[in-house]
Amino acid sequence: MTSLFHDYDPGDFYDEMFAAPGEVRPHYRMLQERAEALSTDDFNRKRQIAERSYLNQGITFTVYNDKQEGTERIFPFDLVPRIIPAGEWRQIERGLKQRLTALNAFLHDIYHGQRIIKEGVIPGETIRSARHFRPEFMGFNVPKDIYIHVCGTDLIRDREGRYLVLEDNARCPSGVAYVLESRMTMKRVFPQLFARYGVRPVDRYAQDLVDVLHHVAPASAAGNPTTVLLTPGIYNSAYFEHSFLARSMGIEIVTGADLLVQNDRVLMKTTKGLKPVHVIYRRIDDDFLDPKVFRPDSLLGVPGLVEAYRKGNVSLANSIGTGVADDKVVYSYVPAMIKFYLGEEAILPNVETFLSALESDRKYIVENLEKLVVKSANESGGYGMLIGPRATKAEIADFRRMITADPRNFVAQPVISLSRSPTWCEGSMQGRHIDLRPFILCGEEVQIIPGGLTRVAMPEGSLVVNSSQGGGSKDTWVLDGGHEPC
Amino acid sequence: MLSRVGESTYWMGRYIERAENNARLLDVNVQMLLDFQSRGVETERQFWAPILSTLEDTTLFEKLHGELTAAALLDYVTFEPRNPNSIGSCISYARENARAVRDQISSEMWEQINALWLYFREGSAARDFRANSHEFYDKVTFASQLFQGVTDATMTHSEAWRFVQAGKFIERADSTTRILDLKYHILLPSGEQVGGNVDISQWMSVLRSCSGMEAYLKIRPGDATPWGVAEFLLCHAEFPRSVRFCVDRLDEVLHRIACTEEGLFRTEPERLSGLLRSQLDYATIDRVFRHGLHEYLDRVQEQLIRLDLAFHDTYCAY
Repeated sequence: MTSLFHDYDPGDFYDEMFAAPGEVRPHYRMLQERAEALSTDDFNRKRQIAERSYLNQGITFTVYNDKQEGTERIFPFDLVPRIIPAGEWRQIERGLKQRLTALNAFLHDIYHGQRIIKEGVIPGETIRSARHFRPEFMGFNVPKDIYIHVCGTDLIRDREGRYLVLEDNARCPSGVAYVLESRMTMKRVFPQLFARYGVRPVDRYAQDLVDVLHHVAPASAAGNPTTVLLTPGIYNSAYFEHSFLARSMGIEIVTGADLLVQNDRVLMKTTKGLKPVHVIYRRIDDDFLDPKVFRPDSLLGVPGLVEAYRKGNVSLANSIGTGVADDKVVYSYVPAMIKFYLGEEAILPNVETFLSALESDRKYIVENLEKLVVKSANESGGYGMLIGPRATKAEIADFRRMITADPRNFVAQPVISLSRSPTWCEGSMQGRHIDLRPFILCGEEVQIIPGGLTRVAMPEGSLVVNSSQGGGSKDTWVLDGGHEPC
Repeated sequence: MLSRVGESTYWMGRYIERAENNARLLDVNVQMLLDFQSRGVETERQFWAPILSTLEDTTLFEKLHGELTAAALLDYVTFEPRNPNSIGSCISYARENARAVRDQISSEMWEQINALWLYFREGSAARDFRANSHEFYDKVTFASQLFQGVTDATMTHSEAWRFVQAGKFIERADSTTRILDLKYHILLPSGEQVGGNVDISQWMSVLRSCSGMEAYLKIRPGDATPWGVAEFLLCHAEFPRSVRFCVDRLDEVLHRIACTEEGLFRTEPERLSGLLRSQLDYATIDRVFRHGLHEYLDRVQEQLIRLDLAFHDTYCAY
């Protein structure tokens, strides 16, 4: 019987599990020992159990541009966990707390005095031209001065294993339900391993999120707020997550059609008449929230919602206008923000970023497209992206034209060879690139779920981890430190 | 509870019940056909036409299939995705409604309905159907009953649960009237007498469609008469698939939802269910037959439709 990791080749990358061929990193040692005792058949059986359990529970996401019944897919789930030692996690946690504190301070500043522009740290044009900047909310005070309540910040590791921030998702980040579900699945599939490993639990998340939502409730709720989750509906790609979170929090999940506004108060239609709503955890983008204020063609939103929000009768999480903070051009200024608001150096560095809006950078970008990753400033989900070394000549020419026509809308970064983790592919363990999306909650204090969503680019050599582009996931284990090597 | 949640739980209850009733109806008739092929039913068409019209899908069926054969009809009522009342469609709708209220129902309920949906979608259902249709229909019936059992055992018996019950009982009452009415449409082969062998055998299959054979024979041993069976399925107070039983439960649950005492009413649905309930409570089979069974059943069906609309207007689309 050969072991699962017998022939594993870590390749010329930072491998999460192996420092060199056959040389396992200390925090993965126990996992490897367990794997020694496991035959390929055992492993396949466990995989099938996990897969079946995902399918039966309906843990699926919806693929766009496909209106047939085949729209629901299960998220490919890999059984080899990603393990993060306690010390490493402490550093990530400090870095993320620092980052979110700065981002919230930035949003307050941008929607009030704009000191950061006046003092020349960020060009005013960058903010004014950001697609998700909401000048309508200048001078508006959000409850408890918290703009971003829930953030998913994507981290990657470079060839040396350094953690870098790839982007912040400060609007409606998704994926946390997979974190919670994959943990339950792993516990079912590998119960003994769990018991001995000292993995920090993740199941407080829903309760912590409720606490955050209650923390920002308007005073009119008199300490007993009605909190709801606003979803675009069952055909949304993240519906499973919406319903999962509502269930775990014990709050209602509502669609726009369930809500209406009377006298600037939000009410929901129940079988016993209309009932006031105080806090909305909305999983709908700003643009669709209120057809009276934003997109008039939105059928997902609630007419009058924004006015109710302005009057302070209802709180929204996240607040309106947070998208200016996850604009990819603004991203490049986050280390400067940290310095400006907190007087500190960024603990987690950004990936080096070139702005095509700056003339000197633009020249470098268009001349080096073959070597760079180009991203549109406001897209997410792996859309609107060019990976230079993999692109055809025609694609490169297209991007060159688009960049020249609309420089504000593009940034470029060097290709980072993301770290890899052993992943079960077509019958053997192979290295696949991964990233990490920790989920950060900002309420009375900033809290981070230990770990987060580790996404895997399943196709060989691929660097794109998004589920819409064939990405899968792994359970992420943050160790409590009991088993750590000194 | 949100109005939308009320609506979805209600339809979840209705659709799963409808899937089950279609499975029962088809199963019994496939078996009955075996009896009749040797008894001179001239064409398959003559046998299946009433079943099709009971399900009220004649036009669409004719558009999709020219000729009415057993194979075409069974496929149409069991799997056809374009037929909104096929068993497969009902299961999809039930699951879609369950998915919309996933946060309100128990995980066990969800996994049960989702497993049934996967059974259809992944093709295992079609395979089982080809291998042995009787076992297949049994399996579907049982899956629905399992769902209802799981619902009773794992879901809090609060408002949402009552909406599931309302959906279940209104659908079952409607379905029993249709199954009874089926007998009206089935022609006796020429030369056969009312009350004769074939007639009685047809009434027995009607009973079997409702799982009522054993219960009926306990009450009226050896007395299989048309009016006996009709009385049992229409008026019996304790048989869980009789129209009266279903309407009684529906009336109770509607009163619980509206928080009023039985016998009184505050909203239109309770008024209508109370009215229908008292009609059935005080019906006698002689009067029903004198009035005409078919006409009587038609009226009950109309009342159920009005009830459904009133329910929708009161709780969901006010």
